[in-house]
Order: sequence, then C-alpha cells, then structure tokens
Amino acid sequence: MPAEKRVPAVLWWQVLIGIWIAVVIWAAFNWIPQTMNLGETSRIAWFHIPVAWICVLAFGTAMVCSIGYLRSRRLVWDDRAVAAAEIGLLFAILATISGAMWAKRAWGVFWNWDPRESSIIILLLIYGAYFALRAAVDDPERRAALAGVYNILAFITVPYLIFVVPRIMASLHPDPIINTGGEGGMDANMRMVLFAGLIGQTMFFFWIFNLGTRLRRLAREVLHE
Amino acid sequence: MLKKDLLTEIRVAAASTAIGMFALVTLTVVSYAVGSASLEPVVEASLLWIVLFFSSSVGLSRTFVKEEETKTAVALRLTAQPSVVFGGKLIFNCVLMLLLATLLVPLYLVFMTVSVPSPLLFLAVLCVGLLGLAGGSTIIAAIISKARVKGPLFGVLSFPVLLPLLMLLVRSTTLVFEGSNWSQVSSYILGLVGFAGAMITASFLLFDSVWES
Repeated sequence: MPAEKRVPAVLWWQVLIGIWIAVVIWAAFNWIPQTMNLGETSRIAWFHIPVAWICVLAFGTAMVCSIGYLRSRRLVWDDRAVAAAEIGLLFAILATISGAMWAKRAWGVFWNWDPRESSIIILLLIYGAYFALRAAVDDPERRAALAGVYNILAFITVPYLIFVVPRIMASLHPDPIINTGGEGGMDANMRMVLFAGLIGQTMFFFWIFNLGTRLRRLAREVLHE
Repeated sequence: MLKKDLLTEIRVAAASTAIGMFALVTLTVVSYAVGSASLEPVVEASLLWIVLFFSSSVGLSRTFVKEEETKTAVALRLTAQPSVVFGGKLIFNCVLMLLLATLLVPLYLVFMTVSVPSPLLFLAVLCVGLLGLAGGSTIIAAIISKARVKGPLFGVLSFPVLLPLLMLLVRSTTLVFEGSNWSQVSSYILGLVGFAGAMITASFLLFDSVWES
C-alpha cells in the first residue's frame, strides 16, 4: 500500500484568514479614529457590514448553484446550494444579533422594525423555510429540484429587500445607519479597514463553503454506495 | 385549462367556499374585537391585508394538490405544455382572488367603517396586490404539491416570500386610507408591479422543473 500523504491539521491559508480577520477587528477598535457621529458604538459596523454582505453573497451563491443543478441535474450542485444556504442563514443570524446589539447601544431598544431590520427577519424566515422544504421531500433528485426552484424564487426577493424596500420606506423611517454606513462620514482609513473586512470574510466564506460542499458530497456518496 | 378549472369550481365550489367562509369568519372576529373603536389608517390597512392574505392561503394552496390527488396530473403532463398548465392555474387563482376581494372588501369597509377618499386609487392598489399574491402563491402551490406535509408547508414557504409584497401593500393602502393622491402612492404601486412581475416571470420559467420532477 503506498504511503499516504500526511495532511496537516491546519493549512497555512486557514491561519492567514484567521489572522486577517483578527487584525481587521483589532483595527476597527483601536486604529480607526472615532469620527462617526454615532460614537464608539459604531465600531461594530466593521463586523456587522461584512457579515451582512457575506449573507447576501452566500444566498446568491446558493441561487447560482440551484440553477446549476436544474441545468445539469448533477447532485453535487445541490450539495453546493445547501452548503451556501447554510452559511447564508448563519451569517444572517450573526447580522441580526450584531445589529440588535448595536441598536440597543445606539438607540436604546433591541428592535425597531426599521426597513433593514425587517428585511433581515424576512430573509431568516425565507431561508428557514428552505430547510423546512428540504425536510419535507424524501427523494434526493426531487428534493434538489424543488429546493432549487424555491431558492431561485427566494433570491428574487433579495434585491427588493435590500434596495427597494429601504428606499421606498425611507420617508417613514429615517435611518442614519443606511446613509452613514457607506457614503458619508468615512475617511480613507475607515474605508480601507472596511474593505479589508469584506475581503477577509469573503475568504472565510469560500473556505467554509468548500468544506461544506465536500462534506455533503462525501456523506451522500458514502450513504448511497 | 382555465375553462376546466372554472367549470369544476362552479360545480364543486371547494376552494371558493373555503376561502369565502374563512374570510367571513375572520372578518367577523376582527370586526367584533375592534368593536366601535375607531382605528388608525395603518391598522385598518394592516387588518384588511391580514384577512385577505390568510383567506387566500386557505384556497390557493390546493391548486395543484387537487390534480395530484385525482391523478389527473399525469394526463395533464402528457397532453398539455407546462406553460399552458401554469398559465391556466395562474389565471384561475387571479380570478379567485378577485372574487374574494369583491366579497370581502365592501363588507370590510362597512363593518370597520373605513372611509376611502379616492376609490380608484384603492382599487388600483387592491388589484395589483391581489395579482401579486396570486402570482407568488401559484408557484409555491406547485412546489408543495410534490412534498409530504403539504398544508402547513404552504404557509411556511409562501408567507416569507410574500412578506415584501405585504409590507408594500400595507404601506400603500395606509396612504390611500389617509387620503393621499396618485403621486404619493405611485412609487409603491410601481414597486408592487415590479415584484409581482418578477415573481410571475420567474414562476413561468421555473414551473417546468417543478412539473417534471
């Protein structure tokens, strides 16, 4: 039997991602000057915004993978879609919790039903329903097809939730977060750290996505041998 | 397709009686609970759409389940193009929703003593909203007809997806009840039309995959 290659427990790029994200968080708290009018509480933005971005990226990836399954009918695409949807749901929960923590500090209450908060709740429900649908169908191919269709439908609501709903309802709920988050009040340093945070979280996403897909595919192949 | 469904419905009246009775009962409960208190336009709008929404889910969920149960689905798959099947079901659901509204909305306005300053605007919002609800629900109905738990699953799947639609509907209906004019409500109506349009287009494209699975 040939000698097997020893796989190290931790790979170099995994360590790199960890360090990268840690540095970003440190920089958000120690390096960036406190210039935003919301004060020290706004530093959570450097965690909250990338996390929300990854949530959308993950759901978008899930939709693309669902389209991939419907066109090729190869179950590995379904594995990818589920892995991406799981990450999306997790990051949506993280975004909700970090947002609520921020809201409590900045505005005094955990929840306000402002447009962005409503959107994230709806996203949680939509993708929670995705997993409920998967649980309700037994045949793998049929499950992949039905879940894939739902995934695509679900993602159609996302541009609405992110762009249309906050614009349309802006007049009723003035929300400083929407405006100062990206455009006004950010100097070059802040932007750089935010961008670095986005990159770090994106790398993290691809790592976990790859891991999840391989796990699922292995489980499927082993169980159905 | 549409003709067949309409004929069946007229004879058996399964879906429409379910929807109608549910709507009437809900309206009675709401009206009784509110009593003679006068409500803010926002609450009036919200309650109207809650009654419409839940009543519709009672009837619309069975769109495709009926076919699977009576085994006519196989015959349909053989004889008709998927888009024709879906189109017929969609139009039928729209008709059902419009009938529901014709029954419910006047009663709602009377029982809850709601004043509608500009009826045309109200009608516009209503129609767009009902069509959007029907559009989103039809494809979900197709999906759940192949699943195990059907009834509750329809609610679980359709409510979150239709929530953006509902949010826009409640806002725009509130504006209508408050007496706004066209220019203030038009952006909402455009948003609603866009959402309904996107849903229906995607449904047509995706229905093939669901029908054949």
